[in-house]
Amino acid sequence: MLPFLNIFGAAIAFPPLVILAGLWIGATLADKHAPKDRFAPEAIFNLIFVAFAAYIIGGRLGYAAQNPSAFSQDPISLVSRNFGLFDPLSSAALALIAALIFGQRKQFTLLPTLDALTPAFAVFMLALPLANFASGNAFGAPSQLPWAVELWGMARHPVQLYEAIGAGLIVWLVWPGKQETTMDGITFFQFLAYSALARLIFEAFRGSSPVLLLDLRAAQIVAWIILAGSLWGIYKLKQSYPSP
Amino acid sequence: MLQNLPPNTFRLVSFAALILGAAWIGISATLPGGTANPGIPAPQAGFLAPEFTLTTLDGSTLALADLRGQAVLVNVWASWCLPCRAEMPAMQAMYEEYASQGFTILAVNSTIQDSQSQAAEFVAEHNLTFPILLDLDGHVSALYQVSALPSSFFILPDGTIQEVVIGGPMAEALLRTRIENLLAEVD
Repeated sequence: MLPFLNIFGAAIAFPPLVILAGLWIGATLADKHAPKDRFAPEAIFNLIFVAFAAYIIGGRLGYAAQNPSAFSQDPISLVSRNFGLFDPLSSAALALIAALIFGQRKQFTLLPTLDALTPAFAVFMLALPLANFASGNAFGAPSQLPWAVELWGMARHPVQLYEAIGAGLIVWLVWPGKQETTMDGITFFQFLAYSALARLIFEAFRGSSPVLLLDLRAAQIVAWIILAGSLWGIYKLKQSYPSP
Repeated sequence: MLQNLPPNTFRLVSFAALILGAAWIGISATLPGGTANPGIPAPQAGFLAPEFTLTTLDGSTLALADLRGQAVLVNVWASWCLPCRAEMPAMQAMYEEYASQGFTILAVNSTIQDSQSQAAEFVAEHNLTFPILLDLDGHVSALYQVSALPSSFFILPDGTIQEVVIGGPMAEALLRTRIENLLAEVD
């Protein structure tokens, strides 16, 4: 665990830095590798930046809308740096709306844009488990394996590292230029399928999974549905493009 | 990789992945300790708050265990720490507002990296009325794996940590929403 970096006596939270670095590196590389005949320079980077800004603003506004009495008594809290005053669903909704509006104004088409964004998604999905490993969140189930790590009172699966290794493999698999393709959307759907499969496998080693009926893990159910949907998407794309 | 598979092979691989995936969901639901609350003390949300007993600034002793049944905020601080200083007035305001409903604050001064006199001076200056505990040898900071000041632990009436907030200052809205969540669990 490395929750904080001590730099010149100041404690800097490390996990958020990892996430921001993942976002920035992913956005930069996605922009660099975006097809030049379809996207202007920095168009993909700007799309990600707009969505991220909307994500931050939407999260705070959504949280305030759900807790109006707390903010009416202390309106300055609206601009506080507390990560806890944040609603992830509102964030995601506003980020999606902002990205759609930006894409429409720039006349982006959906599937090629998702393909161009895939490297950013993949790098971000690599940063996430590394940030969790640094913070100790999303920890593993108890384990007696030789590579188990001591965390929260017992030896546990280093599940964040399993996830990071899986995410690294996915980055390699979906990296632009690895395979020539003319199928718009195929890179994105493959990324979805690989990521869902990874979540399905590694969630089993988590020690803090939310569960549904019959002790089934919610994240695995969602991952299975996404896996089925993305495989169906690949199948339909393969059908709609003639074989070489 | 998937895009280059012939159609029949792709269908076969897809069905196999979905069937094996469904089986894996069933198998992993029964893995021991997978999702259960471990019921062991650790300074992390979902775990029992580690027990401690400390001397207060006025010389009495106070144990976390004595507060079982109440909503508790354990806040580790030092008088030289600017975010700690900044969040204390909001904490005092919340204490005054919610103490009668079963909420209390244990402000654990990290005395090993502070001084008792400066802590007392700060408390007097800000008229803090909640218990100020002195972590003279740093064992509570070690027990709670405090890596930065302030560190705050919101503890449910059953002794389980609901949330950990590292760093600060905590906004009043954050304190208010978290305290109200804790108090919803008080009988």
